Amino acid sequence: MAEKLFGKAMKRVEDPRFITGTGNYTDDMTLPGMVHAAMVRSPYAHARIKKIDVSKARSHPGVLAVITGQEMKDAGINSIPTGWLHPGIKTPPHYAITFDKARHVGDIVAAVIAETRQIAEDAAQLVEVDYEPLPAVSLGSDALKPGAPAVHDDIPDNICFTWSIGDKEAVDKAFASAYKTVKLNLRNNRLVPNAMEPRASLAQYHKASDEYTLWTTSQNPHIHRLLIAAFIMGIPEHKLRVIAPDVGGGFGSKIYQYPEEIIVLYAAKKLGRPVKWTARRSESFVTDSHGRDHETVAEMAVDQNGKITAVRVNTIANLGAYLTTFAPAVPTYLYGCLLAGTYTTPHIYCHVTAPFTHTTPVDAYRGAGRPEATYLLERLVDVMAHELGMDPVEFRRKNLIPPDAFPYQTPVALQYDSGNYEANLDKALELVGYKQLRQQQEEWRKQGRYMGIGVVTYIEACGLAPSALVGSLGAQAGQWESALVRVMPTGKVEVFTGTHSHGQGHETAFAQVVADELQIPVEDVVLVHGDTGRMPYGWGSYGSRSAPTGLSAIVLATRKIIDKSKKIAAHLLEAAPEDIVHEDGKFMVKGVPDKAKTFFEIALQAHLAHNYPADLEPGLEATHFYDPKNFVYPFGTHIAVVEVDPETGKVRLLRYLSVDDCGPVINPLIAEGQVHGGIAQGLGQALLEEAVYDKEGQILSGNFLEYTLPRADDMVQIEHDHTVTPCPHNPLGVKGIGEAGTIASTAAIANAVMDALRPFGIVHLDMPYTPEKIWRAIQHSRPAQAAD
Amino acid sequence: MAEKVQIKVVVNGVEHHSEVEPRLLLVHYLRETLGLTGTHVGCDTSQCGACTVHLDGQAVKSCTLFAVQADGSSITTIEGLGSVDSLHPVQEGFWEMHGLQCGFCTPGMIMAAADLLNRNPQPSEEEIRHALEGNLCRCTGYHNIVRAVQYAANKMAGKVGVAADD
Amino acid sequence: MYTAPFSYKKASNLSEALSLLQQNPEAKLLAGGHSLIPAMKLRLAAPPLLIDISKVAELRGIRREGDTLVIGAMTTYRELETSDLLKELCPIIPQAVSLIGDPMVRTKGTIGGSLAHADPAADLPASMLALEARIKIQGPSGSRVVEAEQFFTGMFSTALGEGEILTEVHIPVRPGARMAYAKFPHPASRYAVVGVAVVLDGNSVRAAVTGAGEHAMRLTKLEQALSGQALSAESITAACQGLLPADNLNHDLAASKEYRAHLVDVMAKRALLQAAGL
Repeated sequence: MAEKLFGKAMKRVEDPRFITGTGNYTDDMTLPGMVHAAMVRSPYAHARIKKIDVSKARSHPGVLAVITGQEMKDAGINSIPTGWLHPGIKTPPHYAITFDKARHVGDIVAAVIAETRQIAEDAAQLVEVDYEPLPAVSLGSDALKPGAPAVHDDIPDNICFTWSIGDKEAVDKAFASAYKTVKLNLRNNRLVPNAMEPRASLAQYHKASDEYTLWTTSQNPHIHRLLIAAFIMGIPEHKLRVIAPDVGGGFGSKIYQYPEEIIVLYAAKKLGRPVKWTARRSESFVTDSHGRDHETVAEMAVDQNGKITAVRVNTIANLGAYLTTFAPAVPTYLYGCLLAGTYTTPHIYCHVTAPFTHTTPVDAYRGAGRPEATYLLERLVDVMAHELGMDPVEFRRKNLIPPDAFPYQTPVALQYDSGNYEANLDKALELVGYKQLRQQQEEWRKQGRYMGIGVVTYIEACGLAPSALVGSLGAQAGQWESALVRVMPTGKVEVFTGTHSHGQGHETAFAQVVADELQIPVEDVVLVHGDTGRMPYGWGSYGSRSAPTGLSAIVLATRKIIDKSKKIAAHLLEAAPEDIVHEDGKFMVKGVPDKAKTFFEIALQAHLAHNYPADLEPGLEATHFYDPKNFVYPFGTHIAVVEVDPETGKVRLLRYLSVDDCGPVINPLIAEGQVHGGIAQGLGQALLEEAVYDKEGQILSGNFLEYTLPRADDMVQIEHDHTVTPCPHNPLGVKGIGEAGTIASTAAIANAVMDALRPFGIVHLDMPYTPEKIWRAIQHSRPAQAAD
Repeated sequence: MAEKVQIKVVVNGVEHHSEVEPRLLLVHYLRETLGLTGTHVGCDTSQCGACTVHLDGQAVKSCTLFAVQADGSSITTIEGLGSVDSLHPVQEGFWEMHGLQCGFCTPGMIMAAADLLNRNPQPSEEEIRHALEGNLCRCTGYHNIVRAVQYAANKMAGKVGVAADD
Repeated sequence: MYTAPFSYKKASNLSEALSLLQQNPEAKLLAGGHSLIPAMKLRLAAPPLLIDISKVAELRGIRREGDTLVIGAMTTYRELETSDLLKELCPIIPQAVSLIGDPMVRTKGTIGGSLAHADPAADLPASMLALEARIKIQGPSGSRVVEAEQFFTGMFSTALGEGEILTEVHIPVRPGARMAYAKFPHPASRYAVVGVAVVLDGNSVRAAVTGAGEHAMRLTKLEQALSGQALSAESITAACQGLLPADNLNHDLAASKEYRAHLVDVMAKRALLQAAGL
């Protein structure tokens, strides 16, 4: 029998092409006759477009077309829709090329198509746009002030929607009778996702068949096809093929329908030649949807036993200039519903006001709402523990949901299916040596060294998503996933999935599972993804959904193959199907090992059908559409240890330990890699990264010279372990792991830095903890306490 | 338009004579003229290192170099470092230690790591992290990249397949 | 990502470079290109002609001439970083260079290119001032030598005149001198927010800072306070207080004027402690 591969740290099958430079990313592609697009972008955050003169650009040698928004609108190209609606939500139009006003720096006002990319960029500088600059607003709370400049003329108060969850009256009552309360004003810093591969799109139009092909940097090609076909361009859905080849990271930013994809499709038809556009990084900074950007007032109440009685949250969530594909879901259901965390808090109320501003649109970025929720909750927990004079770990322990309480209904809609939080916490504390660390911290403080220890017990809801549930919450699409497993006559297996792998190693991990199920060598399985022309319908990869949702569909399709194989084996072995067992890679008559057929023999006969059951269809393939019953709920404990240099304010990460529970781990190499990367992105938010806007809506950190991505020397080797609490409602018991690292680590590092600064009497600072911010806080602190 | 310039370069052992516009960056010469698309462009401010290649045996950012400047030079790109059948130890290390996820920064990261090991065959963890300062990765948190370089260092020193922290 | 079009000429020797420059006053000299090319890619610079001097042999190399170390302008950072001669006689240069950019930048970047560009946040100018280096300049009508302190005249501006080329850096050999460079790097660009170089030679203390103001400058207050004094952790700490008034300092996202002024004190202290072995 083949070795069991579930749980094995198998090297990735996708790596040989990447380590030899033979991957196939969108910008690597060249088609015969291909021409290039460059975008003319607004340098103003807000301006009326009085006139566009394209004549100089149009007559520049090598230029084939200069496309304006008016031209595309006149050609019947519609606004880009959003995929999630709330009652009363305002959905202003979002045209690929704007024609009336520019609403953020980087808004496209024209597109130049030319023979080469150099010529296109040269000519883009020759497009003369007569702008009338208008006052702009970049901060969410500023956009809500009376008299603030309106982003969209017909929404004078800038409010896209308001949203709330929870029982406000009960929460207010709990606060009124609380033993102690704490309150924090928090700013969750705006981030730029910065996948290393800049976005790119290449469109081709086939005139003879009136068909389009779009290669694009996408996490979900079917969503692009649906939005472009049904809503934006009116292309019959079967006449548009969307291919996401190798994609260099997404982190949310490649979910959305972007303007450039529409422009290259339009231009490809107009010119009859393939058109490619690739973002420069400085374009990515102003056009890839950003993440986070909340201004929040968060409060917590406890009783005299140290039990949390209520959490109250009021958030202003900056949406940027336009609504992108998932934007309305992020600061609402993916945020407010997570505010119970791992705790038994009986009363929670969350109110969100979501304004438009003259900034780049904000949408899901790794974790999407859940890091924001975890950050505020875990900060509140630490501040409250300190207020109560309790160790933050003991305060958490007192409030954790006990293992016998599952399924656990939170007061904010979610029902957690399984969990064992305290055991996970204890494992992390033991591995990190928590007591010794606290002792070391005391000793260091006596020497004037400032170590901080940050502990976070997180939960997340992922595995998007039960379709009916999210439909009732505003989703305009299903969230199930599909799979097609196709066995060839030689017993080799193609697995088609609607999810998309852009770094997550699905080609390896999913093949491991299928090989196990079919009891065949893993080399006999290939995963196909990222092409609407080949796969069954699917919704892509985001929200840590690929393993719990996409792989569940694959497993159930595979089991259909096994069931059919048993019938074929029964026929060939002249036995009853219920007497056939699938063991040691063979289908055999139970108890008669020499009456057996190999998978190859069955696959061959399924295709030859020469000796075959009369009532059975030939062929051996199966499709399964899997709609999960619930979200999945990974959890864990993350512990960060930092040292603050009080002289410069610089924070150094000393240690980082995570104990995660994503259920049974398919491939530890890949799962741990996901955790490592997530932790680095969380560290980025806590210490380094911020999209800084000035009052005029200009981004001041719009390139890698100013925006700090974590580098090798910002990180340490991460200590990692896990506990295993299976998900009770999917076939493998697996949960997602793609976002957990980010969800936990921002808060863990924040708590560690604040813990280090405790001797200075500093209770809270907003991220990112830049050296100057910390230095200033220390300067303004009570120096007398520092000597303690 | 400025006049074109004749250049001669040896890329991965193959000699090329080309006429190039002076403003053609080396990375675009490699990707577009020669079709060697393993070298990537990840930024426009010379920060990310995705375009790292070896010029006369030393790592450079091919996005911050005009092709004309490489005239007379020998260049190694990721395609020339090793092949699937005979991987360079750094390539092998990245595969063994899961030093990549999306793969986009990987060619530059591997070229920078190979350059480090040329200069310093047994680097400490700190030296590895310092040497990779010019290469951004958004996926791995650098954990397994460090291990991949350690694996390669050990492999090149004859200690086959032993990662330093395993 | 693409620069504006330009013409390119490779100079094979210094006199050819000088005559090309004289014929084309709008031309720019191309050395390692790590300041110029990024600016051209963002179309912040669009010279009509680049004169590549990086391969001019007479502009390369590190040698000792009597009591002077002579460094050719086109000597790369990597050559400086790995020079045994410098490690022995002027270790602050390899140390400071090892903190510039990243290994790829150090392959191509040159000392002359960096000094002539005069980026206020460049690392090497601080060491040049603290070492009292002299900059040799070749023009159409001969050569001249300028003290490093007179060389930097403003943000991105130097004593180089039209048609002139920086050819050599001359550094006095100071046997037994102890020296160190302490840098607070910009978290993203890794340029110096503040970098302080100190050279302790007998009883004299020479110190200079980069990143703080429009150009690198000597920390005269510090030099006066410590020269002739016995150096101890206490005396150093006491001297590194309020070295520069904040008013005239640079400010950006990474550091305000006040914070920069503070960092000057801290980096000066750290450089001194390191150089003094304390």
